[in-house]
Amino acid sequence: MIEAKNVSKSFGDSKVLDDVSIKFETGKCNLVIGRSGSGKTVLMKCLVGLYEIDEGKVYFGDKVLSRMSFDEMKLVRQDIGMLFQGAALFDSLNVEENVMFPLAMFSQKSLEERRERANFCLSRVDLGNVNKLYPAELSGGMKKRVAIARAIAMNPQYLFCDEPNSGLDPHTANVIDNLILELTQEYNITTVVNTHDMNSVMEIGDRVSFIHNGKLCWEGDKDSILKSDNETLNEFVFATKLTRKLKGV
Amino acid sequence: MTFKKPERQSIYFRQILIEIEHLGIDSIGIVAFISVFMGAVLCIQMAFNLDTPLVPIYTIGYATRQSVVLEFSPTIISLILAGKVGSRIASEIGTMRVTEQIDALEIMGINSATYLIFPKIAACLFFNPILIMISIIVANIGGWLAGVVTGLVPSAEFIYGLKAFFEGYDIFYSLVKSVVFAFLIVSISGYHGYFTKGGALEVGEASTKGVVNSSIAIIIFNLLLTNLLLS
Repeated sequence: MIEAKNVSKSFGDSKVLDDVSIKFETGKCNLVIGRSGSGKTVLMKCLVGLYEIDEGKVYFGDKVLSRMSFDEMKLVRQDIGMLFQGAALFDSLNVEENVMFPLAMFSQKSLEERRERANFCLSRVDLGNVNKLYPAELSGGMKKRVAIARAIAMNPQYLFCDEPNSGLDPHTANVIDNLILELTQEYNITTVVNTHDMNSVMEIGDRVSFIHNGKLCWEGDKDSILKSDNETLNEFVFATKLTRKLKGV
Repeated sequence: MTFKKPERQSIYFRQILIEIEHLGIDSIGIVAFISVFMGAVLCIQMAFNLDTPLVPIYTIGYATRQSVVLEFSPTIISLILAGKVGSRIASEIGTMRVTEQIDALEIMGINSATYLIFPKIAACLFFNPILIMISIIVANIGGWLAGVVTGLVPSAEFIYGLKAFFEGYDIFYSLVKSVVFAFLIVSISGYHGYFTKGGALEVGEASTKGVVNSSIAIIIFNLLLTNLLLS
């Protein structure tokens, strides 16, 4: 389990996160939703320690992230897989090398074993015959899938996905969503997904936290989100014609 | 930005070899091209300025060699490398920063500064002195060619001048400068790339700052080192 307790973060005079407390449960897809610029990515980067928080604490199990030494942090991070908004694949490495990279850095596996694991992870995300291609030669959806393969290569306990289906067509977005859900349930990992896509919420939202202007505004699950009387949440959820039609507004 | 002990030394060794190829071997062509012309121009200018019966003609070869060894190869070539290598380093690392590749390294538990900058420093500290030696040799060949082809200095006189009053310390001085300049180029450009914030425009700015600041540092350290090592 991961828990953010009273987390605040500012950049200069601008307070991006204001006293946010959320629990992310193990074996579930924990979604953080909100409009662009609401503080979702900053929250995620605070959770994984890429940003230092100004106030509050982040717990990984019973350990406090901010109190960890460099070596402790290094160990925790080897249990973290992260899918970045732009995939963040290493341009100088091909697909196979990208997936094998964390294994080469931290595991004692031989080259053959690493290659086998990389192929397994790539097959898990339905990618075949792309091992020797470079990131520049891949489509957006393929990049995201390679990034997921790299994220799960080390069998992480925690999976963070920042806008996993932004810029993807609805079908590919669906494939990515379902993949994240399957991996979460299959390996019983704690998954945190940032999104502003209501389709994702309805597909995989075991737990949903709505952030607005850096504050936690609402928490619940995908079923209760449509019945909420929270005005700010409703403005976000029913912003499109399609969702308004579904609700009959 | 703090450096830590490398996670897996074999990977870092491989990275150093890759950087030697990208930052060093790929620069041989431009270094040789500039050096041959630099040596040729130096020889012609020496011949023009020493056109008097009071100075022996082999002085042209001697003065060309000394200028190349003491100043032109270590300093001018390092300034050229600050442009070529420095911009490459700053833009490569800067692009990795803005596309979150550095964050991806950190998330994996890898010290990104060590992984990205250390192999480049090691590669340049090892290979830049080799580039400078290549430059010294090629520039002197360029000088000899210019002298002989234009008829300003006979081949035997030029070669005698090249060998005259040779001191190994001059080469040592040149190599010390090349090592210090290599460190300045990589660390300054790497710093600007590593702390890039924003997008493509800022990557360009980081690249420019890397080149300009490392060139300024080279000029300042050139004076300091000359004063330290030659006075």
